[in-house]
Amino acid sequence: MFALETHVALSLIIPLVGALGIAITSSVPNIRETVTLVTSVLLCLNVFSILPSIMNGVEPVVLLVELLPDIALMLKVEPLGMTFAAVASSLWIINSIYSIGYMRGNNEPRQTGFYICFAIAIAATMGVAFSGNLLTLFVFYEVLTLSTYPLVTHKKNADALKGGRIYLGILIGTSIGLFLPAIIWTWNLTGTVDFVKGGILDGHASAGVTGVLLFLFMYGIGKAALMPIHRWLPAAMVAPTPVSALLHAVAVVKAGVFSVLKVVIYIFGIDFLSETGAAEWLTWVAAYTLIAASVVALTKDNLKARLAYSTISQLAYVVLGASMATSMAVAGGALQIVMHAFGKITLFFCAGAIYTAVHKTEISDMRGLGRQMPVTFIAFLIGSLSIIGLPPLGGSWSKFYLMLGAVEADEIYLMIVLLVSSLLNIAYLLPIVARGFFYPPLGQSDEPVPVGYEKSDFSWRNIQEAPLFCVLPPVLTALACVILFFLADPIVRLIEPILTP
Amino acid sequence: MAPDMLSLSSQFPILVAIAPLLTAPICALLRGKTAPWAVTTIASAYAFYISLQLLLTVASFGPISYELGGWAPPWGIEYVVDLLSGFMLVLISGVSTGVLLFARESVTKEVPTSQLGLFFAAYLLALTGMLGICITGDAFNVFVFLEIMSLSSYALIAMGERTDRRALTAAFQYLIIGTVGATFYLIGVGLIYMMTGTLNIADIAARFPEIEGTRPILAAAGFIVIGLAIKLALFPFHIWLPNGYTYAPSIITAFFAGTATKVSVYLLIRYIFTVFGVNYSFQGLELMDILLPFAVLGFLTMSAVAIYQTNIKRLLAYSSVAQLGYIILGIALANETGLTASIVHIFNHAIVKTGLFLSVGCMFFVVGSTYLKDLEGIGRRMPITTFGFVLGGLGLIGVPLTPGFISKWYLVVAALEKGSVIGYGLVALLMVSSLLAVIYIWRVVEVAYFRDMPEGTVKEEAPISLLVPTWLFILGSFYFGIETSFNVGIAKAAAAFLMGGA
Repeated sequence: MFALETHVALSLIIPLVGALGIAITSSVPNIRETVTLVTSVLLCLNVFSILPSIMNGVEPVVLLVELLPDIALMLKVEPLGMTFAAVASSLWIINSIYSIGYMRGNNEPRQTGFYICFAIAIAATMGVAFSGNLLTLFVFYEVLTLSTYPLVTHKKNADALKGGRIYLGILIGTSIGLFLPAIIWTWNLTGTVDFVKGGILDGHASAGVTGVLLFLFMYGIGKAALMPIHRWLPAAMVAPTPVSALLHAVAVVKAGVFSVLKVVIYIFGIDFLSETGAAEWLTWVAAYTLIAASVVALTKDNLKARLAYSTISQLAYVVLGASMATSMAVAGGALQIVMHAFGKITLFFCAGAIYTAVHKTEISDMRGLGRQMPVTFIAFLIGSLSIIGLPPLGGSWSKFYLMLGAVEADEIYLMIVLLVSSLLNIAYLLPIVARGFFYPPLGQSDEPVPVGYEKSDFSWRNIQEAPLFCVLPPVLTALACVILFFLADPIVRLIEPILTP
Repeated sequence: MAPDMLSLSSQFPILVAIAPLLTAPICALLRGKTAPWAVTTIASAYAFYISLQLLLTVASFGPISYELGGWAPPWGIEYVVDLLSGFMLVLISGVSTGVLLFARESVTKEVPTSQLGLFFAAYLLALTGMLGICITGDAFNVFVFLEIMSLSSYALIAMGERTDRRALTAAFQYLIIGTVGATFYLIGVGLIYMMTGTLNIADIAARFPEIEGTRPILAAAGFIVIGLAIKLALFPFHIWLPNGYTYAPSIITAFFAGTATKVSVYLLIRYIFTVFGVNYSFQGLELMDILLPFAVLGFLTMSAVAIYQTNIKRLLAYSSVAQLGYIILGIALANETGLTASIVHIFNHAIVKTGLFLSVGCMFFVVGSTYLKDLEGIGRRMPITTFGFVLGGLGLIGVPLTPGFISKWYLVVAALEKGSVIGYGLVALLMVSSLLAVIYIWRVVEVAYFRDMPEGTVKEEAPISLLVPTWLFILGSFYFGIETSFNVGIAKAAAAFLMGGA
């Protein structure tokens, strides 16, 4: 409709205008929610209108403002950012529907502030996705942290306060303490902070400096939740579930691993990194995080906490892909951003739906619940299978490419790590579904039935799902997990140009 | 706009100092609530207008020299406006005018009506002193203005006595320490006069290389640097500042936080770079070894001390001492980027801190206290004010899009340019200090938003006449954090000019 550059700028402007609209219409909740929905749809259409040009290899650039002499705030759309923006903006629509169901179903207070912060967080996510240089990335990264803080502490009780402290302490601490110095150091070494294909550090930094810089970047980007700075993610689970779903399974954490990929591809350069071998330690840390977080997830009885640790583990896949510094592995990392987003948001949606319907948060209390909420639990099953990486679900492709990457990098032991992790995924996700369907509900017991006389535990009378707005979203995202299985090829083709120098 | 002796604009350099000076006695005679305030605001706004004109002229035509009374320098007193002093004039008069917009309702609540005339007269004298220090090109004239500023500021701080009697001891403490600082400065100038026979700063600078190895000059430099360090509240000479800022009336704290110490920093920069020259300052005097540790200790310890304050004004005061540490660090690094960082941070910190103190002023106006325990739940009680405070706090932390980020960027680049272990260590310490800022700001945020409002209080915002100036500074800080061509542009140019050996 407009020039391509205008559409890029609109991706930031639409959610911000939406936030304003939400503020204005705060006294009429129905209109306010309509504003949220309309904004999210507009944003998604807008983002997808950019897609064809990006597929044709166009790289639109929008100069926002000259923040420092020689360093501008600048947007530049490239395939990886395009993918991230498309995922985040399309999930925002579904999540908005879900938010309405959840926030109303649980009579949450301060809903206007909630929707405003949400819209600002989405704007910041778009900014991260389309950032044209490190400084722009950093600016929106920080805006994202600060705009999600009120969402994390939404409940305003002692738990929220504590969670908020950890959240902000780790994210701000790492970003200001490590990420920012890394950016300034890069600027000092190379005289630029632009994202350039093939990297900018080659020829400017010795192997030792590269290693230190990589450390600063990887631990500065706290949102990627590499161990041991992962604690903020479980802490953020005090937030209402829609926040956990979109922000702490998709927008915020993916902004973290997305930044990791961006830095590895466009600042260090895949080839430079594999030549210097500076990323070897990172492979080990990522592999450790991957396994350790899965093991921790096994021990968590609180559903959201378990999902949070699962997210930490799944994020490490992306970092692992980046650290192997081969094109297949990086493609796997990029795919993982997409596939995990849809899988994990489904699981969070289900967790929230369960909470809305029966106010249960602990997995041990959820036995037999599948008979009451079959749709939710089937969606949960599909999401789980996608995360585990079984075909025909989207998640299988990212694991597949990562394994190819491990072979390409000639690091066979990583394949073992990936396989063990998948087994662990099965161990912490599937029992939830199994208990839901095969165990009798709490306080009841199934009567012994002689062999040959079994009948279904399922009956229409027992079904008591959460409100429609809470159940529809996980169904949609679960379907998307299936559809994505067939869409892996276009996505890989979209990001291919950045992997081959 | 070439200077032409017949037009009024050619008299701007003297008018900027004289206008508030001559308004002061008139103001002292005025009675009532409105008249003294209105006259003061007009005088300050006029000074702001002149300052802007001067800065514009300097930016396009180069430095202006003005001969006081027609006596040619170096015999007569010379007023000099260059990029740095023009920048300072705009900053001081601008902050002053903005604060005065806030003053009307705030001051009538904190100062007895019968004393308003005198209060604003003292205010104008303080303003005169600050503007005069920046514009004069005469070392002794600097001392005169320094004393005008100091004496009136002792009185202004003591005016806070109505709300808290401790303002009197705070003012007395400041009087003693401030006088020591000013006397040190005077001794230094006396020694220089003895050696050079001149008081004109440019003239001293020109003769300096001949005498720089001598012992009296070494003593003079020592007295001046220490005297100014006391005046600008460099750690460990900062004792007077937290008390003074805490107990002074709200607008005085806001005004001084943005300007008073900055003027002394300006003087220090003048002496180090213009009079002594970079070579003598950093090789002869080895100022880096002296200033750098105090700067670092200053921003680390004072940020840490700020965390434990129970009074929000005192918290911000300690934060000011810490921020002065950043500014001095930039000077001590002795490279152009560092000096740029210092100059830009003088400006950035002034805007942010004034905005913060004004929002605290709004809280005081409604709540009648600045103790954190009385401000519980203030985020719900005064949402607009508190949100402004949080945004200002982000500026102190140095979150991107705020001016604090710009300053920090340059400071870190300067430290990296210095290189070696010291440079990298400084980067790490700067980051630690930023994180301490996160903690002390977030303590306020948590009290404001996570505690319940005290029983019996209702939602009640400060009047619009207080909110508008406060938000002017808050939004202004974001403006200068995003569109940085004014502050960074001038700071860079001024730093290049100063490092150029001029």
